[in-house]
Amino acid sequence: MKRIVIVGASAAGLTAAETLRRRGYGADLTLIGADPRPPYDRPPLSKQILTGSWPAERIALRSPQELARLEADLRLGRSATALDVAGRRVRLSDGESIGFDGLLIATGVAPRRLPDSDLAGVHVLRTLDDALALRAALLAGSRVVVVGGGFLGTEVAAAARTMGLQVTVVEPEPVPVRRPFGDRIGALVADLHRHHGTRLRCGVPVHRLRDTGGRVTGVELSDGTTLPADVIVLAVGSAPATGWLTGSGLSLSNGVVCDALCQAAPGIYAAGDVASWHNPRFGTRMRLEHRMNATEQAMAASGNLLGDAVPFAPVPYFWTDQYDTRIQAYGIFPPGAEPRIVHGDPSNGHFVAAYGHDGVVAGVLGWNSPRETRTLRRLVVERTSWTAFTTAPTLSPATVN
Amino acid sequence: MKVIVDQNKCVASGQCVLATPEVFDQREEDGIVVLLTENPPEHLADDVRQAAVLCPAQAIWMEEQEKNE
Repeated sequence: MKRIVIVGASAAGLTAAETLRRRGYGADLTLIGADPRPPYDRPPLSKQILTGSWPAERIALRSPQELARLEADLRLGRSATALDVAGRRVRLSDGESIGFDGLLIATGVAPRRLPDSDLAGVHVLRTLDDALALRAALLAGSRVVVVGGGFLGTEVAAAARTMGLQVTVVEPEPVPVRRPFGDRIGALVADLHRHHGTRLRCGVPVHRLRDTGGRVTGVELSDGTTLPADVIVLAVGSAPATGWLTGSGLSLSNGVVCDALCQAAPGIYAAGDVASWHNPRFGTRMRLEHRMNATEQAMAASGNLLGDAVPFAPVPYFWTDQYDTRIQAYGIFPPGAEPRIVHGDPSNGHFVAAYGHDGVVAGVLGWNSPRETRTLRRLVVERTSWTAFTTAPTLSPATVN
Repeated sequence: MKVIVDQNKCVASGQCVLATPEVFDQREEDGIVVLLTENPPEHLADDVRQAAVLCPAQAIWMEEQEKNE
């Protein structure tokens, strides 16, 4: 292989470039990134960057020297606009066209917005610039409404509340983070926010945003009430950034459709938030917007680009930090998966729950219990029988340490 | 090989312990990384490198020591 192009220069794209070099690939390497900034880490954007406890420089993923050592043609501030699969070329936003033998797609996701939400005072959060703009708005405002009670929305709410703002989270489901974790854990997350003085309006969809002369003034809910606000944060999910691949012939369906090797077409692979692939460990197709997956999948996909032919079968890992609480999760959490506390007690703020699905433990969730959660990950790895938990009492400390 | 960890960046994922339990542990109370040895033996270098790459908080570095003699 003489020329590999990586489209996307965030965590997955950078990891792919480093993996290729570490594995001995010495020929041309081009890394294309839409964000003009050198690669940075995203999880702190909704936490330390918003609250200001970290300066922006701290989230740089690599030093300029480390980037230079990659000996890659790094094109930042330019996005890919089209892919010619048969002709082996990528077209860029500046009109240039770059040929490749091998291609790795790591373009990530873009935040969804609401209709008619292009108003002053309305924010989304994906990039460092988004985070800095939102921080400035939070410093200047006093009332913020966060639309969406998923991980991003609840983290932003916690950060804004920590900064002293009056915060309301609006979520159409009856509890926050319900889709990943279900009603019981969602209710605990709701309690956590109420305990810190964050208001929740769950079970009520947003009807529309209200504005005066192009500046947002509040959120009108479907029950007719209006929540006045200086700042609105839209945290209503993301869509895979695949617009540039439309018409390329690659299969696109909730991301770039790949096989178990993360291959979308011969010599073309995808990794990170944008990649939908078949995870043979769980026997199901998945697309993960998790920080760990960006690294792991980029390593696997670039290895397969070099000929490894190893299926990518990870146990997914993700976490969220809200106020003084850290929730960590291994595995998958399909709708309807049944949780059971297997260690600790929610009433004292430390516990681990296992989630049963199709007769086995599919996921474990830890609440302020990092060591125990890491230990109990093996329940997922070993596909432990779910019926074992319907009869057994919670695990003894000796079992989890 | 010298290993450096940043406990202020660490997010207690425990990925390093899964990769190299001989070198990393987690604090009992909050799961933050604890370095068991700054200078692990050479045969663990690949595992430590794996831990550094996988760390979701990028809180682990390795300094490959060069021989100046």
